[in-house]
Formats: sequence, C-alpha cells, structure tokens
Amino acid sequence: MTAKPVPVPTPETQPFWDGCAAGELRLQRCADCRQPYFYPRPVCPACGSRNVEWFTASGRATLYSYVINHRPAPGFEDEAPYAIAVVELEEGPRMMTNIVGLPATPEALELDMPLQVRFEPRGDVSLPVFGPSEQAR
Amino acid sequence: MTGVIIAGAAETDRIGRLPDHSTLQLHVEGALNAVADAGLSLRDIDGIATVSSPGPVQVAHALGITPRWIDGTGVGGTSFLLHVRHAAAAIRAGYASTVLITHGESGRSRVGASRYRMEASSPAGQFEVPYGVVGPTTTFTIPALRYMKETGLTHEQLAYVAVAQRRWAAKNPRAAYRDPVTVEDVLASRMVAYPFHLLECCLVTDGGGALVVTSASRAAEFPKPAVYVLGTGESSETPMISQMADFTESAAFRLAGRSAFAEARIGAADVDHLMIYDAFAHVPIYGLEALGFTGKGEAGAFIADGNTEPGGSLPLNTNGGGLSYTHTGMYGMFAIQEGVRQLRGEAAAQAGSPEISVILGNGGMFATAGVLVLGRHPG
Repeated sequence: MTAKPVPVPTPETQPFWDGCAAGELRLQRCADCRQPYFYPRPVCPACGSRNVEWFTASGRATLYSYVINHRPAPGFEDEAPYAIAVVELEEGPRMMTNIVGLPATPEALELDMPLQVRFEPRGDVSLPVFGPSEQAR
Repeated sequence: MTGVIIAGAAETDRIGRLPDHSTLQLHVEGALNAVADAGLSLRDIDGIATVSSPGPVQVAHALGITPRWIDGTGVGGTSFLLHVRHAAAAIRAGYASTVLITHGESGRSRVGASRYRMEASSPAGQFEVPYGVVGPTTTFTIPALRYMKETGLTHEQLAYVAVAQRRWAAKNPRAAYRDPVTVEDVLASRMVAYPFHLLECCLVTDGGGALVVTSASRAAEFPKPAVYVLGTGESSETPMISQMADFTESAAFRLAGRSAFAEARIGAADVDHLMIYDAFAHVPIYGLEALGFTGKGEAGAFIADGNTEPGGSLPLNTNGGGLSYTHTGMYGMFAIQEGVRQLRGEAAAQAGSPEISVILGNGGMFATAGVLVLGRHPG
C-alpha cells in the first residue's frame, strides 16, 4: 500500500510543524492589527504588516463543513469512507483536517459540534487532526 | 462593449472518448475547425492563447503560427474566458488583430497528457493533501454542507440540478448522457463524497475547442453572425478550498460578474441565456446567486421549480453541462461554445432567440472566476 502523503515544511511553516511535534497547535497573528491567521506566512493577510508573531492556540474548534470520501486517496484505502473536514478554530482561522474518534457518518458528524485537536504521526512530522472535545465526552 | 467579437467558434469533430487523439492533437483539431468556421486561414492568426501543457508556444508552432501576442494564463477551467478578456485588451491596444484561443484535453484517455501533482512543500501540499483529498471531488465539494445548513438547501434540490440539466442534454445528440433521470435516480447513484452522488459530479472526457477573436469593426467580414463580447470580468479568491472566506458564496464569482455586467451595462434581468460551469451540482446554485439571478439561498428552489430547464424563464447549461454534455477537465471552453451557438441560433437544444448570453467559468475549486457577457448585437 502506498504511504499517505507527508507534508514538507518550508522555512516559513517550520515553526508550525515544530509546534505539532511538541503537541501544540501554533498559529500566527499580526502584532499590529492583532488578526490571527492560518496558513503560516510571514505577512499579515489583513493589513500587510510583516510584524507578525507566533502563539499557541487552544486547540478547540467547531466543525465548519466536510465531505465523507468514498474513493480513497493513495494510503487511505483502509479508512474509506473517511471524513475530510474544515474546522473553525476558536481563534477564528479555519483549517482542513481529518475527523478521528467518530464514525464517518452524517449522523455522527454534526456541523458546529465542538472538536479538539490531536496529533498523529505522519512520516517525520506530526499532523493535526480533530476529535470529540473533552467537555463533550 | 469591449470592441471585439467572436468570429469563429468550434469544438473538435467528436468529444467523449478519443484514445486516438493526443492532448496536442485535440488543440490542433479545435483550432483548425474554429479558423475554418471564421472563414479564415491560419496565416490570418497573429495572437495565440491557451493554458500551459501543451501551452501557447507548442500550439502555435504545431499550427505554423508565429504570433506577435501570447497569453498563457492557466488558472483552471475558466482560463479560456480570461483569454477572451485579455485578447479584447490586446486587440484594442493593437498588439494583435486576430487571436486564436485553444483548448484540448485528453482528460479520460490521458494521451499525451501531463501528470497532475501537488508539491508536498506547497501550501496545499502541507495543509490539504495530507488529509486524503483526491482532487476536485473532495475539495470543490466541501463547502456544500455548510451552504445546506445555512440556507436550508435540501439533498433533493441539489440532486435536481442534475435532473434539470439532463433535460437539456436529452435534446443534444453530442451529449454524453441523454437518458432522463429523476431525483430518486440521482440520490440512488453511487456515493462519491457525501453529500455528492455520482450523478452530481461532472463527467471526465476527451475533447477540445477553439475561438477566433477579432475587432468588432470587422463584424461583417465573416460567414457566421458575429457574437459581440459586451462585457468581461475575472477574479480569484483562494488556491485552497479550506481558506475560502465564506463557504456559502463565491467572492470571485461575484467580483467577476460585477465587472462583466458593468462593462456590458446590463443587469440580470437583461440575460436571456446562461452558462454556469457545473463541475458539481452545487456550482450553478452558487453562480445564480453570485450573479444576482436569485437572492441568497434561493437558487436551489429556483432550479427545482423548473426555471432553468427547457420551457423555463432562464435557460441554463443548455448543452447539458459538465454533468451531462462533456467535461474534459477544463470545461470553460465548452461553456463559451454553447453561448456562441445559442446566439447564432445553431444550438442542438436552441432556447428561443437569445439576445444576451452570460458565461460564468470557474477555475480550480472556487479559486478563480471568469465571466463573459456575449450579445447578438453590438449593445
């Protein structure tokens, strides 16, 4: 079976992946306009400032939207059907992820349900995925 | 009014499954047919535009054209609409007089086709691909559930988009799928990526087509009625679907539409015929709302009420669309071709005598947009 795709960090994204390896979801925000944003890049997309900083996000999120994929990508053959989701982080930015710890069914995956980040080993990085939040359990 | 016309327009002799045609040959055949349709020879062409792979240099060389203007804009399936817009600017500026825009894609047979690969170090390679996305079926589709929750669009209304378009395809001998389908048939078809069933996803085919664009001052010189390019627009939003600002509407569709309608000095009520790139069943819904044909959250019901199918007030995707006619991968060229045919009165499923046809093209997954307002008269 083909291995799942492994992200390759760039200098701009390395701190994000370092955070994942340490079990933290690190985001950036603008030190001038205070806007948090994702994906990592050294310029604020809201105001153009280069004065940006890293911070550790709460890891709390809600389910914004998803599909349940029945035609697996290489490496995902054993998991189909699986959910490919977009979550909205408590701090505002959204990111793509997989949903773990819940059945991949429309009944189990309710939009706006609370989720919590987890990290899964993937090649030489840790990949952020999301599962049921602690409070909800 | 942009000052230009579409003087020639044609598709490849056949579309569908063409294992005997390479990608390049599909460009060449479409180009030869379009140039002949305009009553011109290849020697009359002095500008070339197409997407990368094989690219404008290869296409021009294969045809023996030495261009003095080149556009290789490649921003997905809407690129050809942007080529028309860029050609209009070039012709007005005097950089070219007669521009050939080509499309060819061996999307199904993959003959002489380039391999699609996302770099693992690109933003999408780091932040989307690791989650098991498989191209458009798992990315373009992700906004739909959010749209359904926010607007109340039902699974049945989403399925009806495919039903309405099949009614047009039934009248078109070149359409890949012509047998009538019901909402029940669509919902019973294989699940591809919930909430999308197979019949809510576009075809994958081989084919091509081309356009000849020139100054409107030459409108009387060609064998076919000139199709006037009255307005144009383009925009982009995000290369990653996860970063689309609002999953219930396309900012790029809206901006491109606004530019095109303003240039043409028209409103939605002036439009007689409409093509909206339908890679998946939800895209026409987003398109109708972005262009102002319905209010937010109303387009699903508008389609389900029969307004866009044969006999309806707003004929939409009258070739059958990407869902039933053909979809090579970059379908935008075929949407333009159908707009031209309708304005000339030569479509297989002719929708009356439209004066104004609007084409909305999408590139990537809500990544880019192009809009053309085409007219039977100079405007």
